Amino acid sequence: MFGLSALFLARFQFAFTVGFHIVFPAFSIGLAAYLAVLEGLWLKTGRSAYLDLFKYWLKVFSVVFGMGVVSGLVMSYEFGTNWSSFSQKAGPILGPMLAYEVMTAFFLEAGFLGVMMFGLNRVGKGLHFAATCMVSIGTLISMSWILSSNSWMQTPRGYRIDEATGRFLPVDWWQIVFNPSFPYRIVHMGLAAFLCVAFIVAGVAGWHLLKARREGRQASEQVRLMFSMAMWMAAIVSPIQVLAGDTQGLNTLEYQPAKIAALEGDWESESRAPELLFGIPDMKNETTHFKIAIPYLGSLILTHSLDGKVPGLKDYPKEDRPYSPLLFFSFRIMIALGMLMVLVGLWSLYLRWKGKLYDTPLLHRIALFMSPAGFLALLCGWITTEVGRQPFTVYGLLRTSDSVSPIALPNIATSMIAFVIVYFIVFTGGITILLRTFAEEPHPDQHGPAEDQPQRAAGTTQVSHQPQPDAGMAE
Amino acid sequence: MTETAGFWLPVVWALLAATAIFLYICLDGFDLGIGILFLKEKDHDHRNLMVNTVAPVWDGNETWMIFGGAALYGVFPVAYGTILPALYLPVLFMLLALILRGVSFEFRFKSESPMSQFFWDTAFCGGSFVAAFMQGVILGTLVQGIKVENNVFVGSSFDWFSPFALFCGLAVVIGYALLGATWLLWRCEGELHDTMRRISFALAGLMLITIALVSIWTPMLHTTYMQHWLAMPQFALVAPVPVAVIVLTGVLFMGLRNPRSHLLPFVATLGLFFLCFSGLGINVWPYIVPPTITIWQASSPPESQTFLLVGTMFLLPLILSYTAYSYYVFRGKMSAGHHYH
Repeated sequence: MFGLSALFLARFQFAFTVGFHIVFPAFSIGLAAYLAVLEGLWLKTGRSAYLDLFKYWLKVFSVVFGMGVVSGLVMSYEFGTNWSSFSQKAGPILGPMLAYEVMTAFFLEAGFLGVMMFGLNRVGKGLHFAATCMVSIGTLISMSWILSSNSWMQTPRGYRIDEATGRFLPVDWWQIVFNPSFPYRIVHMGLAAFLCVAFIVAGVAGWHLLKARREGRQASEQVRLMFSMAMWMAAIVSPIQVLAGDTQGLNTLEYQPAKIAALEGDWESESRAPELLFGIPDMKNETTHFKIAIPYLGSLILTHSLDGKVPGLKDYPKEDRPYSPLLFFSFRIMIALGMLMVLVGLWSLYLRWKGKLYDTPLLHRIALFMSPAGFLALLCGWITTEVGRQPFTVYGLLRTSDSVSPIALPNIATSMIAFVIVYFIVFTGGITILLRTFAEEPHPDQHGPAEDQPQRAAGTTQVSHQPQPDAGMAE
Repeated sequence: MTETAGFWLPVVWALLAATAIFLYICLDGFDLGIGILFLKEKDHDHRNLMVNTVAPVWDGNETWMIFGGAALYGVFPVAYGTILPALYLPVLFMLLALILRGVSFEFRFKSESPMSQFFWDTAFCGGSFVAAFMQGVILGTLVQGIKVENNVFVGSSFDWFSPFALFCGLAVVIGYALLGATWLLWRCEGELHDTMRRISFALAGLMLITIALVSIWTPMLHTTYMQHWLAMPQFALVAPVPVAVIVLTGVLFMGLRNPRSHLLPFVATLGLFFLCFSGLGINVWPYIVPPTITIWQASSPPESQTFLLVGTMFLLPLILSYTAYSYYVFRGKMSAGHHYH
């Protein structure tokens, strides 16, 4: 009983911290790519609105990236504090991958971040653009490594288990890194990150479009430009994401059928399975209550054929079943949000064709309302894939209950409270600052962090002990 | 073949890990020190200036800490899995402090009301102080030894709450403050420069005292440490350390006295850090979790260590060169009108 609650708290704490964390890397991945595109377009076309938008979103990036670094720092030690047994057993495989992530990605991002943030006047346009690209590439490399490790936990390959210690030993690194679910997962997550940012940008633009309309003026060029770019992303990327999600579903059916059974709320394995639109799975009585089902659709979606066989939870021993009531809903919320994004994208195409993209307040209002949609879908998807892996940390091989650290309940309870308080302060602060930044309209000659410092002759080591007359100028 | 690889790989990795930790201490040391010095420097513009000297590089500095965690996980998983549960609370406090301090970099510049300004300044200072203190406590607890049976931590949650570990915490706070002060002395001019020079004198004196106390205290903790000071090959390695400390302290004070010397105090302080770090390293060697687990016992299999080593040989020089480039871009004295936010 006591051990169970320490395990529960260890899981809850990990989920809490990683849940906060995951939002920021996703934001950084999408935003860094957007910044690189904006700066590239500015250099190519010379259109100053691109530069204004670049500086506007750069301010956002500095906050988002900082929050990602600090919340990620926690993760790199939490494997040890909460999951020391898992770390010792899977460390020989996952540790080097995480170390590679730090070396190939984190250093790259952090190393060039300074130049990207503050260096426009110091290094020249070309080098500055190179720095922006490096940061963006860094975020993508980072995503690849972390998803490869995560995928390995879902579909482990290329290992052998050491008899004496129970450790996973690497046999074939190629198979470890490119394990069967990795290609699907990375596409799905990458697109998700882009969509997260597309809908944030759309929401901010939508708000300014509505505001301009209320004030009886035309929205600025910058606002319209970013709305247009965001809507292109929604129109093009959302449908691709639906396809990517579908193929990941097929992959999961092949390698983790129990996860599929749990997220569909199916108890009996059957062909010509219906798709449940609603239901309340009941783990104890092995049934799903209040079902609203569409016949054949389940088989059609999961196997792409009307009489395909779909797994049921009863195929698996009780102790091996993921917790269906949570998965059922997280999965459905993700799907619903995805469909909404597709609809918004399609509608924007129609309005663009009609020349009414900037004159349809309802679309702008929907865009504003849906600005967190990407992040919500991302979190639901993450819950689906991670909770669906339970009750294992390394799927089918290492149980979560055998992965936990020997830490006492009071310790982890204390730390849980401390985390909640600190995260509450930090993330409230961060979100307030982000909202305040969003409330400002991007305008010409955007006063970005890159330019509000005077040019100076670099490299001087001469000292002047004269008092600085402009000492009060610092913000 | 595997026998020699099994011997040498952990040795190489121990040296690499020590290098990474030392780089972290140097780099994040001075920017944590800047936060600690907020205790002494209340002027708002000066504070902005102090933060701006590290604004473009602090993310990179902190990354060495993430690297430390990840490398330990990959190369010495047994150490990772025993040290972290043993030091659960200090690690937790350190991480929370680093979070608060990290976001304050951005938030203190962007907050509008004096209230929130004050709040994030306090978070920056307090976070830096606690993070530094906890790093010292972690170091101290490790040196003092961790109770392990069958690769599982079996001590109590408060083993770190010992006079030695707490004193190490204080020592690190003083050391980082000195690093921060000498860094600012190098990177700033005018009034702030003069203030930092004055503070550095006091901090250098304090640091010398703490070094002396820790040096006397450490060999008394374990017989193995004592033996290092008496057995022959190790004695040859450790004996020059105290002498070098005295010489470098002399250089540090000379630099502080000479108003035309700007970089020297910082370099001398880094030198002192290097001596203390290698002194502790020699004491602890070859244990990674003193006094029971050696680097060989803590190692992941040679397949893992080789896989990571191959990439590291290329990546580490690359990382060091673009990190150096970033420092080069933002070189030179900072003046008061010169700000990034």
